[in-house]
Amino acid sequence: MIKCTECDAEIKIPDDAMENEIVTCPDCGASYELIKSNNGFAIRPAQSVGEDWGE
Amino acid sequence: MKGNNKKTSFFILYDQLRWEEKSLIDAAKKKDIKLEVINCRENPIDLDKDEFTYCDDIILQRCVSYYNNLHSTAAFEGLGAKMINSLYTAIMCGNKLFTHMELAKSGIAIPKAFCAFSNQSAMDILNKNGYPKVIKPVVGSWGRMVALLKDKEAAEAVIEDREHMYPLYHVFYFEEFVKRPPRDIRCIVVGNKVVAAIYRYSGDNEWKTNMALGGKAEACKVTNEMEGLCLKVAKTLKGEILGVDLMESDENGLLVHEVNNTTEFKNTVRVTEIDIPSLIIDHMVTTNK
Repeated sequence: MIKCTECDAEIKIPDDAMENEIVTCPDCGASYELIKSNNGFAIRPAQSVGEDWGE
Repeated sequence: MKGNNKKTSFFILYDQLRWEEKSLIDAAKKKDIKLEVINCRENPIDLDKDEFTYCDDIILQRCVSYYNNLHSTAAFEGLGAKMINSLYTAIMCGNKLFTHMELAKSGIAIPKAFCAFSNQSAMDILNKNGYPKVIKPVVGSWGRMVALLKDKEAAEAVIEDREHMYPLYHVFYFEEFVKRPPRDIRCIVVGNKVVAAIYRYSGDNEWKTNMALGGKAEACKVTNEMEGLCLKVAKTLKGEILGVDLMESDENGLLVHEVNNTTEFKNTVRVTEIDIPSLIIDHMVTTNK
């Protein structure tokens, strides 16, 4: 189980999750990137508001 | 096939895996097509290598970052990979001024626009042409830093702010404020067809229609006029997979106001139920024939 660092809600990791996949907190909408850890996956804030971020 | 008899492979080049990229991977799996992923951020490239690992492979560019997208396309294409979309398309679509000039040359209907390269000349041309006008960064998306300049005071405030930003923001690009319904149309082009379209309605208290700003989506029937216009855009910009944004001008009918070379399509799939990822995979495979 992974908890949102913003609001502490539980974030579900999909069964077919992949490294670098973007997941979103169902409660507050914060976006995270999945990174591999010893126990499967951990999260880090997704880079989403960079100066050039977006197409 | 590659010259060394190695079979051509299919890849997605990405920097973040969003719903779009996952859906493409799923679509390929369902078709039993091997689609591999390359993380742009974790794969340094020797730009002078004689034998490039991905030479002649077909690579779908899906990097979110404009700069990652443009420069990795240049590197991969330069070393012999077949990029979808090409570097030419990435350059022309990634910059609103470049897009404007290319579409104008082809006689495609677009909003009237003008540019300036200093604060004073920006104010001069705004005062000469009148208000309201829309200021857009030449590079950027999701509606960020796009502002409606209702009068001289608003323009002065915004232009003064830009003085303290990265030099790219000192290139002033203005568009006429087009009178239209509170929506625009996003058309998805795959190959030589407009496969789906949606209306994007402005969010509450918002004049911009970007989904990232809370806009709402609704399915839109693709008319012959829309199809003809979008395919002309695709031909002009040499694009294979594009998101073409149209406005319904009260005065001038359909106008093209933006072209996306790495288009998002999650909302389009959701409201139209058209399997865009599957169509994109089909296009990649067809490209190899």
